[in-house]
Amino acid sequence: MSAITITPISTFRTEDPYPFCPGCGHGPILDRLNEAMIKLDLDPAKVVIVSDIGCSGLSDQYFVTSAFHGLHGRSTTYATGIKLANPDLDVVVIMGDGGTGIGGTHLISAARRNIGITVIVMNNLNFGMTGGQHSTTTPEGGITSTTPLGNLEHPLDICATVGVNGAAYVYRGTSFDRDLADRIAAGMTKPGFALLDVWDLCTAYYVRSNKFTRAGMEDSMRSWGMEPGLLYDRVTTEYAKGYRAAHAAIGGTPTMSARPVPVGFEAMLDRPMSLVVASSAGGKIRSASRLIALGGIRSGLWAAQRDDYPVTVKSGHSVSELWLAPEEMPLTAVTRPDVLAIISVDGYGKAGPYLAAMTADDLVLTIPEYADLETTAQVRVIDPKSAEKRIPKTSMGLVYLAAALAITGPYPLDALRAAAGEGSFSEINLEAVETGAILSE
Amino acid sequence: MPSLPGMTTTTDTPRREYVDGATAIVRGAIDAGCTFFAGYPITPASGILMAMMRELPKVGGVAMQGEDEIASIGMCLGATMTGARAMTATSGPGISLYSENIGMAIMGEVPLVIVDVQRLGPATGGATTVAQGDVQFVRWGTAGGYPVIVLAPSSVPEAYSLTVKAFELAERFRCPVFLLTDKEIAMTLSAVDVDHYPDVGVIGRTEKDSGLPYSWEPPDGVEPIRRYGSGDAFRFTGSTHDEGGYITKNPAKVGALNEHLIAKIVDHRDKIEMVDADLEVGARTLVLSYGVTAGAARAAVRRLREEGTPVSGVVVQSLWPMPETALGAAFEGVDRIVIPELNMGLYRREIERISGGREIIGVNRIDGQLTTVDEVVEAVR
Repeated sequence: MSAITITPISTFRTEDPYPFCPGCGHGPILDRLNEAMIKLDLDPAKVVIVSDIGCSGLSDQYFVTSAFHGLHGRSTTYATGIKLANPDLDVVVIMGDGGTGIGGTHLISAARRNIGITVIVMNNLNFGMTGGQHSTTTPEGGITSTTPLGNLEHPLDICATVGVNGAAYVYRGTSFDRDLADRIAAGMTKPGFALLDVWDLCTAYYVRSNKFTRAGMEDSMRSWGMEPGLLYDRVTTEYAKGYRAAHAAIGGTPTMSARPVPVGFEAMLDRPMSLVVASSAGGKIRSASRLIALGGIRSGLWAAQRDDYPVTVKSGHSVSELWLAPEEMPLTAVTRPDVLAIISVDGYGKAGPYLAAMTADDLVLTIPEYADLETTAQVRVIDPKSAEKRIPKTSMGLVYLAAALAITGPYPLDALRAAAGEGSFSEINLEAVETGAILSE
Repeated sequence: MPSLPGMTTTTDTPRREYVDGATAIVRGAIDAGCTFFAGYPITPASGILMAMMRELPKVGGVAMQGEDEIASIGMCLGATMTGARAMTATSGPGISLYSENIGMAIMGEVPLVIVDVQRLGPATGGATTVAQGDVQFVRWGTAGGYPVIVLAPSSVPEAYSLTVKAFELAERFRCPVFLLTDKEIAMTLSAVDVDHYPDVGVIGRTEKDSGLPYSWEPPDGVEPIRRYGSGDAFRFTGSTHDEGGYITKNPAKVGALNEHLIAKIVDHRDKIEMVDADLEVGARTLVLSYGVTAGAARAAVRRLREEGTPVSGVVVQSLWPMPETALGAAFEGVDRIVIPELNMGLYRREIERISGGREIIGVNRIDGQLTTVDEVVEAVR
């Protein structure tokens, strides 16, 4: 038996040289990332480098870790998915200032969530791969291929943006920082979201167009109000672990499994019947329609309801089309209702096409306001004021539908009572059913 | 009721629930083994998001409300490559924002179920209004023109079974699979015989722990998927790549990769084809429909037969790739094909392509209303 010695991995780099331009800061930054991973003695198979688009997007190919080379600006979203699916992985995002701009909302959200990923921004103040165009971090006055007269936009303060929005660890520096590897390692071990805004020189474009130098870059940072150093260092709960902790208590079986409606009544209906209730949002029309359907199912019928409403929640119309049928039927629109209940101005506004299609065999139940409406159908006015007690607006739908059931008799009213007697609104609903039954007489 | 694999029919005592399609989709996803969901609120798909946020953690999964649609599908891609079974749900405006990442899922060969609960477009359109305007959009919704798989349920039980099927096909072909549904299928409540749901088990995933993440030999083959954190390190990229996931411009590699992305789906159309054919011997007219419009189509076929008019019906459940073999069989002996759609003939033009000169009659609405039974009956007469 031989002794096992564990030697820390000597490098996370492949043997391939970087593809970056001479003098570019990207290579040194990646070397510092390599040093950080060596220092942390990570398992390359447990590290995922998520890269963005642009010169920085080439980075992942030079490491022996796992890699996810994604779309422009979206690297943070992939990294979030990876960390959520396996919180034990070390997830490093490498993006440029371009990705920071196009994917800004993802950075802010990742910071707010404090998802446990480490973002390294290789911030060279312009788009180096596509021709030296200006980015969100190009300084005011900066000359680029798309700002030939000088940039008119204020540069984005990446660190402040993620910092004020909750990021656990935020550092700003340059590719020349001697302690950059330590800073990266600190970010990677910090629970929560870490971002390192690392400025570097784009020797192909920004340096050339602006006579930009290392000294100039370090001076500029301060003169633009973007101080270097460790800017935010907070104690937070890492999101993926926090999510699991928060949900640990509710583990178990989903509550959505199918629960059959008990059948205990016998329907009288021998053909499909359609009811339409035309009313206003906020009137619990869909709930009322649902109870009528459940009463039908309790009587052995099939049922379906198609609801129509505007995007507004508590205003505008609410129309529910309901089918009751002795046999299963495909989903179709109601064009000619057997019964139409009009119980509000909004509802009346939607009743036209139904009224036009109805015949003398069909029944309209309406509030007194529309007693004189033009239709060949039979019209029956139900005056809510004739009820013993004032009918709340939220019960009107069920009152009229219960009246419609009492008049047309597709199934026993007791089946509706059984359906209405369940749930937290049973008292109110049962009262509405009784009111409807009385008003139908 | 369409016959689907595993479907049982025991109706001695009615065992019916009252349920909408969104619930069926969520149940189908969880029963198929979905462990990750991310979505952004949008009518009429929000019901799926809310149910997933509530239900998925109960089975040990993770559900996220992303900061936007781009983030939502992005999280799904990252999670899938870390071993999760992912689904996302949106409507047309969200599919617009998914577009680039749909291409990412195709290129990186990521199994992913994408639910499109269609509403009336273009743009914001009608949020609470039904339409079938995305039938070509989901097929061609990303750059490059590569194939995707699109399933379209026409009822609540199908919303369940086709969601399960979508997970199965996503794993089988390592690709995004769309469940193309709409406001009415997702939100309409209907009585469903609970015994009509097929019994399904968790859909398996073929994984490997080491070796190259991709292979296109044979071109129509699908390599077992890798998972971050399991086995040795591997690479994933949305760029044109070699078998190791390294970016390449080598024409032989590029051609082989791209032909593989097509062949793995197109050459296996027979494993994807699904239609509900209700053919009548001697019928000269066929009503061809899909999704919510199948309701009026089935009802029209029923009524016409009751009246003594022979007519056949076919409901297309796998819209893409086109089930050309099954449709070819349905076209036998037919002179006319009636196609109701809630768009101005987006699938009709595909049927025209394969219909061998048969007369094609579209029944089309884009006013936010459902096709009526009368309209289909009239077109057949």
